[in-house]
Amino acid sequence: MSKPSDLVQGTLDLLVLKILALEPLHGWALSQRLKQVSGDVLQVSDGSLYPALHKLEQQGWIQAEWKPTENNRRAKFYSLTRLGRRYLEREAANWERISAAISGVLRLTEV
Amino acid sequence: MRLEHWVYTIPLRLRALFHRNRLNAELDEELRDHLERQIEFNRAGGMSPEKARLVALRQLGNPALLRDQTRATWNWNGLEQFTHDLRIGIRTLSRTPGFTLVAILVMALGIGANVALFTVVRSVLLKPLPYSDPEGLELIYEADPGHPHVHPWLPVDAGSFWEWQRSTQSLAQMALVSPFQGYNVSGEGGKLPEVVEAAWCTHNFFSLLGVQPTLGRSFTPDDDRADAAATAMITANFWKRRYASDPTIAGKTIWLDAKPYTIIGVLPSTFVYSGAFGGAADQIWTPVRHEAPASLLHTYGDHEFLAVARLAPGVSLATLASRIDALQKQIKSAHPEPAVHPGAIGRTMLDDAVQDYKTPLYALLGATGCVLLIACMNVAGLLVARAASRSKEFAIRAALGGGRMRLIRERLIESLLLSASGGALGLLLAWAALGWLVHARHDMNRVEAIHFDGMAAAFTLAVVFLCTLFSGLISAHGSLRGNILGGLQEGSRSHSGGRSRSLLRRLLLAAEVGLTVVLLVGAGLLLKSFKHLRSSDLGVPVDNVLTLHFELPGARYKQDDQKFAFFDQLIARVRALPGVSSAGLVSAAPGEGWSGDDLMSIVEHPPLAKGQGLDFMLRGADPGYFSAIGLPILKGRTFTEDERGKRANVVLISRGAAQQYFPGEDPMGKHLKMIDEGGVWTIIGVVGDVRWHVAQPPYPTLYWPIYGNGYGFGTVVVRSAHDVESMAVPVQKIVAQLDPDLPVSNVMTLREAIGKSTIDSEFDSILVLAFAIIALVLAAAGIYGVLAYLVTQRLVEFGIRLALGAQRSTLLGHLLLDGLKPALAGLLIGLPASAAVVRLIRSILYETEPLDLVVYGAVTGLLLFVALAACFVPAWYASRLDPMRTLRTE
Repeated sequence: MSKPSDLVQGTLDLLVLKILALEPLHGWALSQRLKQVSGDVLQVSDGSLYPALHKLEQQGWIQAEWKPTENNRRAKFYSLTRLGRRYLEREAANWERISAAISGVLRLTEV
Repeated sequence: MRLEHWVYTIPLRLRALFHRNRLNAELDEELRDHLERQIEFNRAGGMSPEKARLVALRQLGNPALLRDQTRATWNWNGLEQFTHDLRIGIRTLSRTPGFTLVAILVMALGIGANVALFTVVRSVLLKPLPYSDPEGLELIYEADPGHPHVHPWLPVDAGSFWEWQRSTQSLAQMALVSPFQGYNVSGEGGKLPEVVEAAWCTHNFFSLLGVQPTLGRSFTPDDDRADAAATAMITANFWKRRYASDPTIAGKTIWLDAKPYTIIGVLPSTFVYSGAFGGAADQIWTPVRHEAPASLLHTYGDHEFLAVARLAPGVSLATLASRIDALQKQIKSAHPEPAVHPGAIGRTMLDDAVQDYKTPLYALLGATGCVLLIACMNVAGLLVARAASRSKEFAIRAALGGGRMRLIRERLIESLLLSASGGALGLLLAWAALGWLVHARHDMNRVEAIHFDGMAAAFTLAVVFLCTLFSGLISAHGSLRGNILGGLQEGSRSHSGGRSRSLLRRLLLAAEVGLTVVLLVGAGLLLKSFKHLRSSDLGVPVDNVLTLHFELPGARYKQDDQKFAFFDQLIARVRALPGVSSAGLVSAAPGEGWSGDDLMSIVEHPPLAKGQGLDFMLRGADPGYFSAIGLPILKGRTFTEDERGKRANVVLISRGAAQQYFPGEDPMGKHLKMIDEGGVWTIIGVVGDVRWHVAQPPYPTLYWPIYGNGYGFGTVVVRSAHDVESMAVPVQKIVAQLDPDLPVSNVMTLREAIGKSTIDSEFDSILVLAFAIIALVLAAAGIYGVLAYLVTQRLVEFGIRLALGAQRSTLLGHLLLDGLKPALAGLLIGLPASAAVVRLIRSILYETEPLDLVVYGAVTGLLLFVALAACFVPAWYASRLDPMRTLRTE
């Protein structure tokens, strides 16, 4: 079986943004949600989420905040910024355009 | 978008820079939190604790690697890139040390001059006075709006002041001060006798300013009475100098004018009184009601004082001034004598101290600003030229994907390096310049407030930043505009190098030349004004004349006979000195100042209306004065030896007085009557006009015998064939023999005295001239640079043209014209700009019109000459080319 392709790696940002657009989450919850929604198609190790999250934060697309959670603990919650929301919309549209084009091409070759 | 981006990311960047440890800790905590949650999750799924932990760790991946990868995303990337660019910049600049050195020096000059001037302007003009709550302090003057030719700010008489003080108690506290007094301090305990400048003040003066003595106490109402014991306060300087900071000084005795005074307090070293009428050098302060004669304390006609007011909360200066103005009008109607002034005006104490320096200092600041702008343009021009020679490199880098921003950043960093080094050097220059200025201009009010402080440093940083942006962006704009590929194509065979680029440099040059013209015109006008001032005719020959001033203390010289005896012996011994060709005595020598005036009427004329009078400036003189100073007696005779004491009722008047007060008649034998005090004097002669101040026109003057008429002071005037300075010591020795306790002051030649009163003008004109010359050199270098660059760019073109038979002289003319164009454009901008700008310095020009055609003509000529000279070298080089060699090198 081939490794998760570069294409998938590159779209990790997009997925993270999309999930965070629904509600602010901390890292672990995000990783769980990612597994839930993508099934096992995306083999993302839990850890690789963090460089991605920090990069998005540095770019100003998401922001982080420490909030208390159950049992007297606290966790770093990530949420989308307005900038990130706009970026997400743009990138999602791009993605749809490209994937539509690619699947169109693929269908062509099948005929 | 951009802005919002920064809003989100700047705090993160700052944290990444300054709180790296906390960020690391937070990352650890985040990962730990993840792990714990995963372990819990795994255990909830039924795993053993051990297994749950192992699985969670496996799922997470290598934590060390994770941390590294994450940290890489928040690396302080900008800084890293910046240091990288900085290294490249330093390397590029050090490859051309000549260029770098010149650029840094140019920047240092511009920045240094600006920092120095900024510091002076801020310290002198803007910094609050060293009193508590100085904003509420005002000076009230009298005014005579009906006589606009009179100085607008007139000192105050005590009579009016007491009335002001009484009726404005709800608006302000007021204090009276007379800062132009002086004492002979007698020698005691082996110290030398000396003359010190001093001030009288009311007892509330220091408490009004909020000044507390560092030793002893301040004046109380009990000190400030005519029958009180004599008391004095001394300044910290005087205390240090004369008493070696004696901590037990309070209560000791000082002998002033041969009378004992008790020193009750020492003023703090920060205290200085600097007003428009001087006072910064006052070292002894005494209570006015004890010191001033009773008549002076009650008159409305003798203006020996200044009024200081501290406004009550909520009261404005305008309110107070208009109240006092109304009051003064009432006083005038109650006392219609001519010497009583009909109005009053006020200004803040700070304005009072520095008003006279505002125009010159702002003019100088403007000049340094121009120099800096020119320096920036020059550096920008140099950078553009360098960029032009590297255009192929830039084109290749751009073609290989080098970001445009990156290229711009490199230009900016180059100019930052130049500006910052220039700034550092400039800071040193400014520091040295300020040291020199404080030394050279200690006559200036508030010069003691000049300090190099944090604001100066902040200003330097701001200037460096602006210079960086200015020259960096211009050069970036010049080198990166338009099609980058064009650089490659154009560069492949440089037949006629970049037109657009040289256009930018020409525009810069034209602006440079324009600014230079403004500076040159300003400098020319100030120099001309200074020259007029220096050559203005005092009315007497000024070479080889020495003056020495002395004041006989009234306590020791009570009788007229004692004074006459002193005068007689002094003048006889001075005349007998070998080398002295003539000597005389006068109350105030030409150029020595106003020194008193009074109103007279002419007995033979119809009586004047009440409140009218003819104003004469008063001078006491001895019979030999006129010949000693070289003042021609136009009519009549000088005094005789026995016209003294009760027989001293004869006067000579100046030609101006004769023309003004005796139009079309002979003043000889007429009689003058003093309006206030009576007494009649017979006119026995007419003498030439002299100036009482170099920059002021002669005033109608009256000379009467110094033997009598109340004189207890005088200026010895000594004329010698040569080396009159060498007479100073022998004359002082004579004074010391006559009275060992009597100090001599203002020992200087007439020339020195003129120099002293023209130092302002000299200072301003020489500084502006220096700046103008710097600007001219920079502009010339700029013109030379542009043309030299153009010539090297177009060598092949010239080679071809010469090979095809072009005349060398045509080529030379063509190139000269090319180089002169920016200079001509600059002149076209600069001349009208100068005409507009120099109006601002009209007030410091003496007998010089702002539109002086000679100056404008000279500036135009000089500029064209310099521009031509700067163009000539490269043009000549181009016209001497060997076409074959040039074509081969390509």
